[in-house]
Amino acid sequence: MDANTFLIQVLNGIQYGLLLFLVASGLTLILGIMGIINLAHGTFYMVGAYLAFSLSQHFGNLWLAMAGGVVIAVVIGLVLEWLLISRLYHRDHLYQVLLTYGLILIFEELRSVVFGDDVHGVAVPEILRVSIPLTETLSYPVYRLWMSAVCLVLAVGMYFLIQKTRLGMIIRAGAANREMVQSLGININLLYRLVFALGVALAAFAGMIAAPVASVFPGMGNQVLIVCFVVVVIGGIGSVKGAMLAAILIGLVDTFGKVISLEIGGVQLLPQLSGMMIYVLMAGVLLARPEGLFGKRA
Amino acid sequence: MSKNQAFHRRGFLKTAIAAAAVAGVVSLPSFAYAQSKIKVGLMLPYTGTYAQLGVAITNGFKMAMSESGGKFGGHELEYFTVDDESSPPKATDNANALVTRDKVDVLVGTVHSGVVMGMVKVARDSGTPLIIPNAGAGAATGSQCAPNIFRTSFTNWQPAYPMGKVLADRGIKKAVTLTWKYGAGIEAIEGFKEGFKKAGGTVVKELFLPFPSVEFQPLLTEIASIKPDAVFVFFAGGGGVKLMKDWQAAGLKGKIGLYGSGFLTDGVLDATGSAADGIETTLHYGDGIETPKNKTFRLNYAKTYKLQPDVYAVQGYDAGLLLVAGLKAVKGDMSKKKEFLSAMEKAKIDSPRGAWTMSKAHNPVQDIYLRKVVNGENKVTGVAQKALADPARGCKM
Repeated sequence: MDANTFLIQVLNGIQYGLLLFLVASGLTLILGIMGIINLAHGTFYMVGAYLAFSLSQHFGNLWLAMAGGVVIAVVIGLVLEWLLISRLYHRDHLYQVLLTYGLILIFEELRSVVFGDDVHGVAVPEILRVSIPLTETLSYPVYRLWMSAVCLVLAVGMYFLIQKTRLGMIIRAGAANREMVQSLGININLLYRLVFALGVALAAFAGMIAAPVASVFPGMGNQVLIVCFVVVVIGGIGSVKGAMLAAILIGLVDTFGKVISLEIGGVQLLPQLSGMMIYVLMAGVLLARPEGLFGKRA
Repeated sequence: MSKNQAFHRRGFLKTAIAAAAVAGVVSLPSFAYAQSKIKVGLMLPYTGTYAQLGVAITNGFKMAMSESGGKFGGHELEYFTVDDESSPPKATDNANALVTRDKVDVLVGTVHSGVVMGMVKVARDSGTPLIIPNAGAGAATGSQCAPNIFRTSFTNWQPAYPMGKVLADRGIKKAVTLTWKYGAGIEAIEGFKEGFKKAGGTVVKELFLPFPSVEFQPLLTEIASIKPDAVFVFFAGGGGVKLMKDWQAAGLKGKIGLYGSGFLTDGVLDATGSAADGIETTLHYGDGIETPKNKTFRLNYAKTYKLQPDVYAVQGYDAGLLLVAGLKAVKGDMSKKKEFLSAMEKAKIDSPRGAWTMSKAHNPVQDIYLRKVVNGENKVTGVAQKALADPARGCKM
């Protein structure tokens, strides 16, 4: 692998990692701060992608579709929290697993009824439909660079919101001691509703910006869900910083695992076992730091 | 909501109602009837990713049956339908239910290779004749072949193998392969490699993705740095769409040739758009085969089902033709099993894809077409290999 190819692969890894971060950040909020195990997180990613597909057909414009899609996702989040999730804060995690698994099935069935089981494509917006030539054979799609930029901006924004603002302080306080925050006169129920809606919106938005490069198809959310949990576990539950680092690590490991050839004792390990690499990484991190990279020691 | 989606929903409801109606009819207890009926067990996916394939196969199959008159020596047909959900863990139970509870005379199914291996096991254990209208797992007519197991579609090896020779004959020496790391993909890549090496080419690198991941970017970067003359892939459905789009966005289109088994470009051309233009694939069927048989078939199918037929409908239709050949030979008397099987073995199927016969291992000996995507259609540009039989390795029959 020459230096050029190596650098492009690093770029690929970081770019994939940033997208993973965007999906996983919502999960880390909901799991880390609210303590809800949300298996339907990948489903919200799928909902976002299908919203991008249908709204961009309706408006003829992906930008408007994204704006409208985020609003719809926030509403979905608020309603779900009010109707279902809010009843489970004091229940065992098993109830949350059951409920959110049920949500996966319901949303998949709705998707099948409304959109059918076809694969759909979403067009990249005109202005980003160019590629930058990097080598004589390879160009880099500008849309992918734009995606990375958006993910970075959102990451910084989230870090700022959680760590530097009064609202973020209240959220963190609520995570540490719900009752105490409430007795200080803060409407913790409303706050949690907003955090849940934010988590849903982040997942849906990730689905929307990924739709043009990932295409839109049944079951797309479940693929993402598992990798998201790996990100959250490696990063440390509830840590936005940890999720960022973990997502980029996974992006790089996954990228290089697919293209490096590795042979030990005549047995081809890579890329034969590339699918396992991120789980090997997770196992390694958990052995050294069971609480994840930035998790709090229990 | 756009018109398009409204249509989809209506289409879905219609299918659902039809499926419910079928299920309703077959679950009625069948009381005494004068002539014993021929019980056909259809085990196909009617929900999930492969639902459309299951419907197309059923449509094709029933069309062949109704064209034949639907009655054999006074025996009528009775259908038993099971949705296999493309779920391998449920495969054996579902097939067993058809065989032992419903006592079907013949099993027909299915799409998913993992599920079909469960059906193969049941067919081998019970001796019930099995007709496979899609799943291409080599073992079903290879190491697990049996006198009562027939296939009317392809093996994963079969459409891939001729592409090797086609490319080598064009002077292409260096190729890279790319697929999901799962049964069908690996078998197809092996087929291509075999054909390509035999004709003088070399596969310089084999790239894999875990199924069903679609993060192609690092692999495309690797391909761009290797600069092979050609890349042969096995993908289908959403994965194929994404590959072709990423290929174009990465600037590889027009610089490195992209080739594949025909499943790459079947049923996804609307979603793929211009990214698919010019891509060549090999398959045992193409939309534009200019034969009277194919034209009649396409016309009748479109009239009956208000849908355009695809390769899956053809395979279902041929499964029907095969069964008709067997039933005619015994005049619907399923107690003459030996004659029934031998008639199916010797049958010459007058298929929309072109006439074909059964190989010794009970897989079609068929022409593999070379196709090219032109204006959103898989145009047949020639025959990549005439009368190709699967090598059926490990079949002892």
